[in-house]
Amino acid sequence: MKHIKFLFIGILFGIVLSKAEVISWYRIYEMFKFQSFHMYGVIGSAVVLGIILFRFFNSGKIKDYLGNKINIEPKKKGFYRNIIGGTIFGLGWGLIGACPGPMFILLGRGELTILLAIFGGLLGVLFYHVIKHKLPH
Amino acid sequence: MNFILEPWPWYIGGPLITVVMFLLFYYGKKFGISSNLETICAIGGAGKLHEFFRFDWKKSGWNLMFILGTVIGGFIAFYYLTPDETVNLNQQTVQDLAALGFNDAGKTFLPPEIFSVETMLSVKGSLILLGAGILVGFGARYAGGCTSGHAITGLSNLELPSLISVIGFFIGGLVMTWILFPLIF
Repeated sequence: MKHIKFLFIGILFGIVLSKAEVISWYRIYEMFKFQSFHMYGVIGSAVVLGIILFRFFNSGKIKDYLGNKINIEPKKKGFYRNIIGGTIFGLGWGLIGACPGPMFILLGRGELTILLAIFGGLLGVLFYHVIKHKLPH
Repeated sequence: MNFILEPWPWYIGGPLITVVMFLLFYYGKKFGISSNLETICAIGGAGKLHEFFRFDWKKSGWNLMFILGTVIGGFIAFYYLTPDETVNLNQQTVQDLAALGFNDAGKTFLPPEIFSVETMLSVKGSLILLGAGILVGFGARYAGGCTSGHAITGLSNLELPSLISVIGFFIGGLVMTWILFPLIF
């Protein structure tokens, strides 16, 4: 049970995304229609504070719980992987109104039909790794 | 205590997402949810299909605990913290959706036109749920991250690959919402 703290962090995350209505399909639709500031405010404020937070990580002013410097693993370089992969992700996100986190949170509300989307997500991951050597990255 | 039961505004929700990200990094981990899909594939025996999935998934146990927590968090928020499920949408959004055949937009969190059991049992409904899931999973791992890994963590770290990915997220989302929705619904 050494991972129990991550269960509690996950509970916090599930409550936050529920209460801020990020898990609502309608909020995602509204975002892509540019008809509300809500989602831009949520993501934007998280990123602005994140930029400040990472400055403290990188300067070593905030260390991890063991007192070690916190290193943020850089993302893999590439253009095609990000623009094509991102666009495919966006098509799915726009349709189902949920990215992977909200899918699991919706499950907690008893929205059992989301299981089909999660199953699709697993198939998509499987499919990607099977054909990735043929894709431009 | 009443404000907890009300919908939380963006300036509460956004900063609390940063708090979650801080806690994960503070405890020596990262904020990346779509990796869990790979882990679940590995547990399910996908290693038989591709060597990629023959990694030691126990190392990702902390992240599985995290998503298990999100399921519980969703349960707690739904049953104990949200007495009113109404989503206060822009009236224009409600009208646009009505034109597409979505009635009572914002009355609950999810449209029954996509998420009800009846819809799922139709051919079109099941294809939408399954197909969207495939796009999300495939795209997230192709791009190397989803909203948590790219849009929140990557942008916070001022990473170009994440900026390109988020631009991709929006290209896909805008094409779906503006061009494909009227064809699908």
